[in-house]
Amino acid sequence: MAIDCLVLGAGQEVGKSCMVVSINGKRIMFDCGMHMGYTDSRRYPDFSLISKNGDFDNALTCVIVTHFHLDHIGALPYFTEVCGYKGPIYMTYPTKALAPLMLEDYRKNMDRRGEDEQFTSDHIAECMKKVIPVDLKQTVQVDKDLQIRAYYAGHVIGAAMFYAKVGDAAMVYTGDYNMTPDRHLGAAQIDRLQLDLLITESTYATTIRDSRYGREREFLKAVHNCVAAGGKVLIPTFALGRAQELCILLEDYWERMNLKVPIYFSAGLTIQANMYYKMLINWTSQKIKETYATHNAFDFKNVRNFDRSLINAPGPCVLFATPGMIVGGFSLEVFMQWAPSENNLVTLPGYCVAGTIGHKLMSGKPTKIDLDKDTQINVRCQIHQLSFSPHTDAKGIMDLVKFLSPKHAILVHGEKPKMATLKERIQSELGIQCYCPANNETVTIPSTHYVKADASGTFIRSCLNPNFKFSTCSSTDKSYLDSNKSKAVSRLSVSDDRATEGILVVEKGKKAKVIHQDEFLHMLGEKKHEIQFAYCFPMHMARTEDLSSTSHMLCSFDKCTLISRLSMILSDELSEGNILDLGEELQVESFHVSVCSSDNCPHRLSSSLQNGSESVFFCCHWSVADEKLAWKIISIMKNSTL
Amino acid sequence: TCLSKGGGFHFPPCHMLSVSGFRILLDCPLDLSSLAIFSPVPIALEAHESLETDSVVRKKQKIEKTLDANDLVFAEPWYKTVKSLHLWDASFIDVILISSPTGMLGLPFLTRTKDFSAKIYVTEAAARIGQLMMEDLVSIHMELRQFYGPEDSSSLQWMRWEGLEVLPSELKKIALGADCEELGAWMPLYSAVDVKDCMRKVQTLKYAEEACYNGTLVIKAFSSGLEIGTCNWTINGPKRNIAYISSSIFVSTHAMDFNFLGLQGNDLIIFSDFSTLDTTENMENDNTYCDPAASSNASDDLYNLEEIAASLLKDDESMEEMEKLAFICTCAFDSVRAGGSVLVPIDRLGIVLCLLEQMSLLLESSSLKVPIYIISSVAEELLAFTNIIPEWLCKQRQEKLFSGEPLFAHVKLIKERKIHVFPAVHSVELLTNWQEPCVVFCPHWSLRLGPVVHLLRYWCSDPNSLLILESGDDANLALLPFKPMAMKVLQCSFLSGISLQKVQPLLKALQPKLLLFPKDLRCKIQISEANTIIHYSENETLCMPSSKESTEIYIATDLASQFHWKTLKQETVTRLDGELFMDQGKHRLLSGFRQADSKQHRPLLHWGSPDLKRLLTELSKMGITGTLKKNMDSAESKNAAGIIDIDDPEKALIDVRETGTVIITADENLASHIFKAIDIVLDGI
Repeated sequence: MAIDCLVLGAGQEVGKSCMVVSINGKRIMFDCGMHMGYTDSRRYPDFSLISKNGDFDNALTCVIVTHFHLDHIGALPYFTEVCGYKGPIYMTYPTKALAPLMLEDYRKNMDRRGEDEQFTSDHIAECMKKVIPVDLKQTVQVDKDLQIRAYYAGHVIGAAMFYAKVGDAAMVYTGDYNMTPDRHLGAAQIDRLQLDLLITESTYATTIRDSRYGREREFLKAVHNCVAAGGKVLIPTFALGRAQELCILLEDYWERMNLKVPIYFSAGLTIQANMYYKMLINWTSQKIKETYATHNAFDFKNVRNFDRSLINAPGPCVLFATPGMIVGGFSLEVFMQWAPSENNLVTLPGYCVAGTIGHKLMSGKPTKIDLDKDTQINVRCQIHQLSFSPHTDAKGIMDLVKFLSPKHAILVHGEKPKMATLKERIQSELGIQCYCPANNETVTIPSTHYVKADASGTFIRSCLNPNFKFSTCSSTDKSYLDSNKSKAVSRLSVSDDRATEGILVVEKGKKAKVIHQDEFLHMLGEKKHEIQFAYCFPMHMARTEDLSSTSHMLCSFDKCTLISRLSMILSDELSEGNILDLGEELQVESFHVSVCSSDNCPHRLSSSLQNGSESVFFCCHWSVADEKLAWKIISIMKNSTL
Repeated sequence: TCLSKGGGFHFPPCHMLSVSGFRILLDCPLDLSSLAIFSPVPIALEAHESLETDSVVRKKQKIEKTLDANDLVFAEPWYKTVKSLHLWDASFIDVILISSPTGMLGLPFLTRTKDFSAKIYVTEAAARIGQLMMEDLVSIHMELRQFYGPEDSSSLQWMRWEGLEVLPSELKKIALGADCEELGAWMPLYSAVDVKDCMRKVQTLKYAEEACYNGTLVIKAFSSGLEIGTCNWTINGPKRNIAYISSSIFVSTHAMDFNFLGLQGNDLIIFSDFSTLDTTENMENDNTYCDPAASSNASDDLYNLEEIAASLLKDDESMEEMEKLAFICTCAFDSVRAGGSVLVPIDRLGIVLCLLEQMSLLLESSSLKVPIYIISSVAEELLAFTNIIPEWLCKQRQEKLFSGEPLFAHVKLIKERKIHVFPAVHSVELLTNWQEPCVVFCPHWSLRLGPVVHLLRYWCSDPNSLLILESGDDANLALLPFKPMAMKVLQCSFLSGISLQKVQPLLKALQPKLLLFPKDLRCKIQISEANTIIHYSENETLCMPSSKESTEIYIATDLASQFHWKTLKQETVTRLDGELFMDQGKHRLLSGFRQADSKQHRPLLHWGSPDLKRLLTELSKMGITGTLKKNMDSAESKNAAGIIDIDDPEKALIDVRETGTVIITADENLASHIFKAIDIVLDGI
């Protein structure tokens, strides 16, 4: 049994996330993204690796899309409409609702740039019809064996991590996620699961980010300064997610500072998106969710639609324009107009893929940017880089990996050198086998498999009974507390000592059976033969005069005092075991010791006969399970005096 | 496996199950129909006093006059909970599953008891709607207290025996139950604090979310289609899979459809949809009503709507529902055109939402400018809530999300000021906006509580006005305090469960091994005898035979490969290792954390008796020499017993007896060598 992971995209890079995982005969494609940095065939994942003859319906069980960003969904219409995949596609409700907007926006921008169309509006609509929406934590039975479940991932509205289980093998694909809550979304949440494999993004594999609050203030200050000076602020974003988050932030600030500067959204598109956000408020953070009854937080008061004629209108303003990263379209158009003025500000939120103008602006302070051979833009405006990204940082990734403790981990969606560092950390700190495959590579890992066996009632009952062994109990308790703390599935942990009382019996032609050891003998029809160790030996006495040791008839009172003294010694010296003082007898696990008064004790070896006046004989017996302990006690007893 | 009782949409059935040692309570409703015995309006004090003497006389005469308004109890209403539930100790309940908002109205009574520790599972939407319903009830009571002053002890007199004695028999039956034993079930309403407290203890779920109770029971909710957030449950334990079917509707106009595929593959199905029982009864009642209605009740215009779809085609039901709604709308429209107002005291959220849409459409198409008012303390929140829950709605509504439209039309209508929402009848905005004729939606359907009381008193003498009622237990009784009525009354029943014709195909699809079916429905449906059916009735405990004999245990292969196998005569055996986990209702044996210990694997259990000669040879192989001394007590030793004296390398004794062997030595190494030798000779594990 093995899990095969074929990386079609986002292997050691950011962009066109696409991963095909085969578990126990089921093949699932996680994400189907496009690369924003390329315009040639490298833009799409190489689907021919899935199936040579293009029969994707039989090659794949289902497609799962984690969220609506183009690098996760961009190739989906192409895959379904052009390549002809007709099987089921799963995504969350918000993703299904918002994905068409994203795709449509992208398509329009492509049009404007005069590139050849990869898919049409109809393609998008047709493609979305095949999508089956899922709710968070809803367990979907894709077919008889395959089960999938979505968990909240933060990042953007509707982003989800997906859990997939086939038979006994289970895995999680995170997509992009955020472990810290932001303005409008909560932090990623997942149950503690038993996983063979975790595939996680690693955009910020080495970065550790400081508090959000400071960064938010910085951003607001920069914007405020600019508009106060009469400048225009351009915020190139993709239609959804970041725009809403920043808008909530600005709206809040505007209200507090009583600002009247207009905030514009380019095209009707983003306003329309706010409509979706209003309906999907349940997918946002707790704080915003609670506002739905009185004032829906996505009812922006200061936001207006932007008209092209307003580009060169006088006076300050804030404009959200699509697409992000200034890859073209309207944001580029505005950028070309506004960039030459020093008063203006361009705020770049989040990650910019290499090759885009956004990336060029972020990586240094260029004064001129070559758009193509003929066009050159003078850049004199201020540039503010907004460093809050909806991706988790290195600590978040480590936390998640540690929390889930999968047997194996695969890193995708990150930069190669950083991923290598993180991989080392995961392997050394967490002891989890970790891989970061490149595109078109396949990683194979073994998967768990369970053998089924019937268990007898006696065995189960004995396992469920509390075990009073302290040494084992403490370790069990800890793991139990841990799992409780992390709000995981409640799990009843039983110490392994009780499991070892079970015996697995396999008879030819019958199902394997687990029974308790007591039942086992009964089944065999044999009698138990107990093997015990025994040893009777003298112990030195400190004050013999106290006792009438010459007489062989030690009275029971004396025996008790001897035993209790012995118990004191043992409890001082012995770290393990639970010493029970039973009056005339001392018991540590199966080790019994008592004062021996008979000279013909069968457990006494003839050679060890010694002077009776200085010592008292102790008779010990124990069973094999506590052999080590017994010899330890005996050596303690021999080396000490009562 | 056992259960208690039920009745109607507003009073769903309630069961108690015991699965794998856990007590599970299914639903915890309130019997709101019993509110009918209360009078919504104060009766003049003299009348109240004379009533007592009056009724005593009446009782003596043993003549049952027709009921009149004075017979009703005027007091702040109390509530009747499920009778048999009081026989259970709340602290012994482990899990409570709530399948509909109405099913949780009685919950605060339970959660406020001391030692209450059960885990309550409710779907997210049902919890929210249920909470709003409870808050509404509480706020209505607050209002009542404000109007009529606080409750004094004298008004509790109806509870005392004398008070009950004077009640006319019809009311007495409601108050006491048929066997006069239900008095204990009456409770005063809980407080807002109780509701809040109750909601804190609730664990909300999504549809098909797996909740794991104590690692043993996996509990899942599947949509039932009845209302937003209602569900059927599956309970998977280590020994049994149970599905609980509450009232369900296959295709709904608002809520997510009945997901019966999710219930497949369960051994035991508890069928608890009593709606057909009610509707058929109603049909009989209504049919008998139908003819005399016109003659006897000249003032009351009783329209009777009957549904009971005859076809198995699934869309029919919802089509018919829509037609019914359309019919209601035209009736309402007619009376509005005639200058009367329409009062709709219907509390079924989905129906109200659909009615709102259709009604406003109809009004819009005509030139009539008639406002629609919604009066309820929680209406605003409820309406806002219904628009943010696409995940809980039917496919058509979800399509609206995907095309970017609001889920229900009321958002737009409120914005266009065609629908007005007010928290109470006496709110200032309402008074300034008020305009007649109008259409008013308000609680409560019992006609005893809330804004409906005031409006009904206001309109009851207006022959042009129309009251739209959901046909309930006894419309006569419900309308009693408002008589004589000139107002028209439209009674309609809505689909509230699986129709009889669909029960059989449904069960065929689900293929249960065992079916628990209500006894009362037995005569109504003939179910093919492919599967075992057990009929249950109220207050009867049934024991279900277990379907699986033994528990299954899952052993990880990596662990299994480490086992030390031993072959005996017929079977191969091994001692288990690792740790046993109980997770998701499955026993799993996983390799433990302390792997280091397992390197020394030794048998812990031996059987048979050792052959002493063989033992000696084994010992000598190890370089241990000894002599065999036959046991001195030869009577005891028949075959195997004896003592082996060991001289080399150290002195030792091996005392072999019938049932055990004792190794006596001072040397640790020697001891373990001897043990190994014995181990070879004996069978052990």
